[in-house]
Amino acid sequence: MEGALETRRIENSLDGNTGALNQLRSGTTLVGRYQVQDVIGVGGMGSVYRARDMHFPNVLKLVAVKEMINQAPDPLVRQTIVQNFEREANILVTLNHPSIPKIYDFFTHDERSYLVEEFINGKDLETVLKQSPTPIREEQTILWAIELCDVLMYLHTHQPEPIIFRDIKPSNIMINQMNHVVLVDFGIAKIFKTGQKGTMIGTEGYSPPEQYRGDATLQTDIYALGATMHYLLTHRDPRLEAPFSFKDRPIREINPLVSPELEVIVDTALQYNPEERFPSASDMKAALVALARRTGALTKATSASLTLQEQPITAVWEFALEDEVRSSPSVEGGILFAGAYDNNLYALTAAKGEFIWKYPTEGAITSKPLVDNGVIYFGSEDGKLHAVSTKTGKLIWDYATGAPIRGSARIAEGHIFVGSDDCNLYAINIASYRKSWALSTEGAIRSTPAIQGGLIYFGNEANEFTCADFRGQVKWRFSTKRPNTSSPLVLDGIVYFSSLDGNFYALDAKSGWTIWRFRMGKGSISSPCSVENFVYVGSADTYMYCLDKSSSREIWRFKCDHQVSGSPIVYKDGIYFGAADGAFYCLDYKTGRQRWKYVTHGPITGTPAAANDLVYIGSSDHKIYAFMP
Amino acid sequence: MKTFLDKLFKKPSQAQSTGEMNVQTTPLTEEQLKVVTQEPIPMHPQQYLAGCGQSNGLQRDHNEDALFMMSTVVADGKSDLPFGIFIIADGMGGHIHGEAASQAAARVVAKYLISKVYYKLIDPNPEPMDESLQETVESAIREAQKAVLRYAPGGGTTLTCALTLGDQVTIGHIGDSRAYFVYPDGRTQRITQDHSLVQRMVDLNEITEEEAMSHPNRNVLLRALGQADPVRADIQTHQAPRVGYLLLCSDGLWGSVPDAQIHKIISNAPDPSLACHKLVEAANAAGGPDNISVILVNFLGQ
Repeated sequence: MEGALETRRIENSLDGNTGALNQLRSGTTLVGRYQVQDVIGVGGMGSVYRARDMHFPNVLKLVAVKEMINQAPDPLVRQTIVQNFEREANILVTLNHPSIPKIYDFFTHDERSYLVEEFINGKDLETVLKQSPTPIREEQTILWAIELCDVLMYLHTHQPEPIIFRDIKPSNIMINQMNHVVLVDFGIAKIFKTGQKGTMIGTEGYSPPEQYRGDATLQTDIYALGATMHYLLTHRDPRLEAPFSFKDRPIREINPLVSPELEVIVDTALQYNPEERFPSASDMKAALVALARRTGALTKATSASLTLQEQPITAVWEFALEDEVRSSPSVEGGILFAGAYDNNLYALTAAKGEFIWKYPTEGAITSKPLVDNGVIYFGSEDGKLHAVSTKTGKLIWDYATGAPIRGSARIAEGHIFVGSDDCNLYAINIASYRKSWALSTEGAIRSTPAIQGGLIYFGNEANEFTCADFRGQVKWRFSTKRPNTSSPLVLDGIVYFSSLDGNFYALDAKSGWTIWRFRMGKGSISSPCSVENFVYVGSADTYMYCLDKSSSREIWRFKCDHQVSGSPIVYKDGIYFGAADGAFYCLDYKTGRQRWKYVTHGPITGTPAAANDLVYIGSSDHKIYAFMP
Repeated sequence: MKTFLDKLFKKPSQAQSTGEMNVQTTPLTEEQLKVVTQEPIPMHPQQYLAGCGQSNGLQRDHNEDALFMMSTVVADGKSDLPFGIFIIADGMGGHIHGEAASQAAARVVAKYLISKVYYKLIDPNPEPMDESLQETVESAIREAQKAVLRYAPGGGTTLTCALTLGDQVTIGHIGDSRAYFVYPDGRTQRITQDHSLVQRMVDLNEITEEEAMSHPNRNVLLRALGQADPVRADIQTHQAPRVGYLLLCSDGLWGSVPDAQIHKIISNAPDPSLACHKLVEAANAAGGPDNISVILVNFLGQ
């Protein structure tokens, strides 16, 4: 018995304008008796209204009026729909159970049919889940599940014919003011006849395999109840996952607070083969009640909190500088190079963190040094690009721009490309130490250019993202709503970057058309990195995201205690990044599970470096750290 | 269950594997070598060469498939950008409904993409896009869903569409029509996932790919346009093969003609239109149990 399919079809056949017009206005009185107060849902077949029963003028008696607008052009289809609606009414009228709404009236008016039911003052479970930031507690889930088993037992033993609900899911379960469950939407859809090709009825994610084949048994409802419990306990919507994939998402892996016993019960309900599930709702109820008795779940409100096992991790070495490190280190030839707010660029041995030399500039260094052919190139807030010998730490040449340089440099075709706060992107010839050209933009350039296929990509603080060729000519320009500080990544013809406007963008590298964008909770200055088909980026909304490059689907997100301004790197099978909460994180790159974290004494804003089995990061606690992955 | 199905459906696979071995040990002909070592032609401007084919098949008296294809180039020296829309829809739910569903879906998606993307492309002074290409394809499919519900209530349809811009291919997909990249080195890479019961059973290791081809429930779809709401399409973007093809087809082709044969026909045909013609012929030669629709796109000058 399910109306969802047929009825939604009707609702959706109205386009946006007429849909709104087709709703009854509040104040409308139906058959001289039911005065419409409000729309309480776009349920089944049209809208569901809260109405007042005017036959009781001295008291406020509220009812739910379910409307079905029948607009199918085909008379046969239209007739079937009415018949189905009547069937729902006829079935409901024979039922009497506290978890099933009472039916008061039924009438048809032109193309609209109405069902007047008991008004359930409460919320449906879908809404409850959406409003809850965390999964539903085990005890609460068990209580509701026991009540659902009760109502299923009632339906399944109905005489003369058992009734199979066929569409158990959170949006069809109301929780009333007394915290009891009420099953709603007893719509009846015709069973889709398989012609050459068939499809299912029910709801993807909640329907068991046999329902797709057109079979519905008592175990169909048991499976859907299991799916509902899985959603309650894990907070993961089964509609968004592949069908029958619950085994891939073990409950206790997502929510360790759930007892192993309850996991077994839900898993049993979710067995692929119907014969391996509970034979009846009463068997499932018995298992739930036994568990509740054994663990006392029904009486005690557990206060167990999730204690994360934090692996103790110590740095292989750490090196203290004279001021904050907000820049990113580079490692080349066994030497680590890092700039600091103390204006110096340091060279340390990568293996042990021993001081080799330092080179002073006249401003803070915030970027990642570029090492090429025995020369380190980096900008400073003194406005200069410095070219320094890796061996001696002595200046070879420098080039002055008109304002601080905060982004990092790139090298290609005998030129250094670097942006400046003076709004120019510079191409500096490394043979002549002279500027070949400067591309003037509207805002400071703090993003590090990406260079690929003869094109240069960079963002700026004036909400632009620019693609230029090697002659300094703009190929295309893309506008965002906020500045673009993040450094782009170009892969397979697509350029990826995050923006302070809260989007992560994937643009066609040749034309600048938006292929996809992913909305984060807040803006981001974190630069993406990629491995396999994943792309990673952090955001001020405190998450590190892992997205699928082709579909833009979120694979996982990892929550930190503060914003993630730092950029991630992938090294071996781990992803490494620091956050403003001071922690340096190592996560499994596929699952996003934390392997370890190390808490420094200041926010981390830079990007890690990795080489020879060590991972390096600088922190605003003035230190540079080296860790074993 | 698996052993049961094995008993029922397992075919003797002896002959087939020997056949494959023969192919492997045969030296490549000059013609084949030319194909494998094919280099991209530095054609300018970049453009698509596309063809299509369709047939009722031999066992159906009417066609419930719909296809749409367009390929354009705008080149003005500063930028040259080929653009294409390729759509296949395979209707279901009986004669009238299935036909109406696939027709409505293909037309509505085409119309939406043309108005949102193509018009922008040929506009001399376009407003910036307010949606990404993936969002546009998603919206187009939502519109198609509405149209199917309105014009073909009770019917349903698969929909596999490709919006190609430059060398990026954005695919929207629901149901069991398919998109493939076909490479000259012999690879036929399927890029869509069937939303079918048998595919799900294959994923769960309940049955093998081979068993799925002959499974009695192979026509049962988990998702289709015009069915469960809200509609959820798979959207993905890939870089087009530098040398190779995009193939879209209904199950009338992939259910009848093995991948290797599809690959061979495409490699040996002089152009995509003739390749499609031969693919349809091959499906009919294999019994033509269902309607056949096929679109083949060659990317030139990347």
